[in-house]
Amino acid sequence: MSTLLSGIAASNGIAIAKAYRLIEPELKVEKKSIENVAEESARFKAAVDMSKSELQNIREKAAEDLGEDKAAIFDAHLLVISDPELLGPIEDKIKSENINAEFALKETADMFILMFEQMDNEYMRERAADIRDVTKRLLAHLLGVQIPNPSMIAEEVIVISEDLTPSDTAQLNRQFVKGFTTDIGGRTSHSAIMARSMEIPAVVGTKEATKTIQNGDIVIVDGLNGQVHINPTPEVIKQYEKEAQAYEAQKAEWAKLVNEQTISKDGHHVELVANIGTPKDLVGVINNGGEGVGLYRTEFLYMGREQLPTEEEQFEAYKAVLEGLKGKPVVVRTLDIGGDKELPYLNLPKEMNPFLGYRAIRLCLDQQEIFRTQLRALLRASQYGDLKIMFPMIATLGEFRQAKAILEEEKQQLLAKGVTVAEGIEVGIMVEIPSTAVMADTFAKEVDFFSIGTNDLIQYTMAADRMNERVSYLYQPYNPAILRLVKMVIDAAHKEGKWAGMCGEMAGDETAIPVLLGLGLDEFSMSATSILRARSLISKLSKEEMEALAISVLDLETNEDVQAAVEAAVSKA
Amino acid sequence: MQQKTFKVIADTGIHARPATLLVQASGKFDSEINLEYNGKKVNLKSIMGVMSLGVGKDAEITISAEGSDEKDALNTLEETLKKEGLAE
Repeated sequence: MSTLLSGIAASNGIAIAKAYRLIEPELKVEKKSIENVAEESARFKAAVDMSKSELQNIREKAAEDLGEDKAAIFDAHLLVISDPELLGPIEDKIKSENINAEFALKETADMFILMFEQMDNEYMRERAADIRDVTKRLLAHLLGVQIPNPSMIAEEVIVISEDLTPSDTAQLNRQFVKGFTTDIGGRTSHSAIMARSMEIPAVVGTKEATKTIQNGDIVIVDGLNGQVHINPTPEVIKQYEKEAQAYEAQKAEWAKLVNEQTISKDGHHVELVANIGTPKDLVGVINNGGEGVGLYRTEFLYMGREQLPTEEEQFEAYKAVLEGLKGKPVVVRTLDIGGDKELPYLNLPKEMNPFLGYRAIRLCLDQQEIFRTQLRALLRASQYGDLKIMFPMIATLGEFRQAKAILEEEKQQLLAKGVTVAEGIEVGIMVEIPSTAVMADTFAKEVDFFSIGTNDLIQYTMAADRMNERVSYLYQPYNPAILRLVKMVIDAAHKEGKWAGMCGEMAGDETAIPVLLGLGLDEFSMSATSILRARSLISKLSKEEMEALAISVLDLETNEDVQAAVEAAVSKA
Repeated sequence: MQQKTFKVIADTGIHARPATLLVQASGKFDSEINLEYNGKKVNLKSIMGVMSLGVGKDAEITISAEGSDEKDALNTLEETLKKEGLAE
């Protein structure tokens, strides 16, 4: 039977393939007494051996597809599954208590998990997760239940899951994963951002994908309209194949704009640049005609590892990005950790309100060695391209002055040592805290540029946690409250002869772009895959007409009113 | 029995990757190999044992090996510690 689910269109495109459920199976353990101890012991050993060879396979595959550092987690798993202090007590329990292997395993593992969870060190607490993972694998073998191994996918699939975490996505093989759909999440959740950077269609927040879709079902993910079809009729498949072709044709049409500048119908030029996370993303920037990088999220250099990256590692990454863009501008955001992005090895205490807490520049100004190391790496790399440095989460002028003074100190020390540092590196801030947007006129006298981070600016202005599904209706990018703040920032920059950019989701949003063009935004930074579509859209708009539109929507009452007004104006254009 | 005392010099102490390396190296020998720190002794072939010690920088640790290949084992472990800049 054919079924239809609706969700949030998180990444453009259409994919048709078999469903692959990436879902934890339920592993029920009952206590049983056993007769034949030798047999039970042998059954346990067999499960250990099978789990080991499975882990070895996964490890090799991960090393091949994803690199040695991503494979290291499986080394840890292999050691746990070979650990005499874990296996010994389990075998003793089977023998001395005449109990089944499942129960002996669970009791012993639980004791270790508890022990590690109670340690006062975040790193050790995370090791509990390793033991849990290994226990799960062993239990599955003992119970004869299959657990999903996403890194072993070897045919074209659509991944179905509740949510995709960074470690899930790290294990996905891009060759075979054609699209995905999740129960939870929104346009700015991690899974959605990943889908756009992998350039695969995705629909998130369907609420019941995992309940409705079974392994092997044929699934259509319509990332353009936010729909998921399950076991569609041949007619629907045919229609979607046509739509997929049309979308490809549209993409080919946009592709002609790769080497063009972004110019409105009446000849006004704006810059369309890309958001990136690693040097690997450069390919996408170049293929999609990005005019530079408007946001390089450096925190990925710090994540998924066990200690801080060295100055040298950072220098190499920054140099690769600057050289890769051959003189086009690259705005590097300094470390923005905290909020939903954690670094276990920093051992930071848990906070009640991480988004309002110790994060980004607040952490950097406090733990200056981390900050200074990054700034030195950036300054040393500056001679390889057009580097601009941006500080995140600036709330006060004092923070900006302090950060800039530290940058200047590091620069002078490098120069004194005879290191080459580019001249005139622009230093700007991200505007994501309402206090800074309101004070933009004052900031504009001291910064070289602004980049408006709308994901956070919206959550802080509306006081709505963007990770909380239940208040997601307050994510209102077109609310006049947000648009007025955006206008204040752009006007303040221009008054001092500075430029203003935007690097949140909103900069690539088709409804927001006409208004932003009208408000005079100079630089739009977005997912690389959105650039050509945005360029095509802007080429059809007149800046002068959009100015009039922008002024008029600032006086409307609601998010929806603005949306309707923009749609009406653009369809006429 | 062979044994030797070292001083940990790595900033991270002995957990994460260093612990993995030591446990992997120990696993290759038949001898019983133990790691002693702060009055506690654990099996050096057990990753969970080693990590539960929480050995930090500047800690004094003693490694002992007993069995047919005890000399080789201790030499190999000493080499690993020094080559990786973990201890001296």
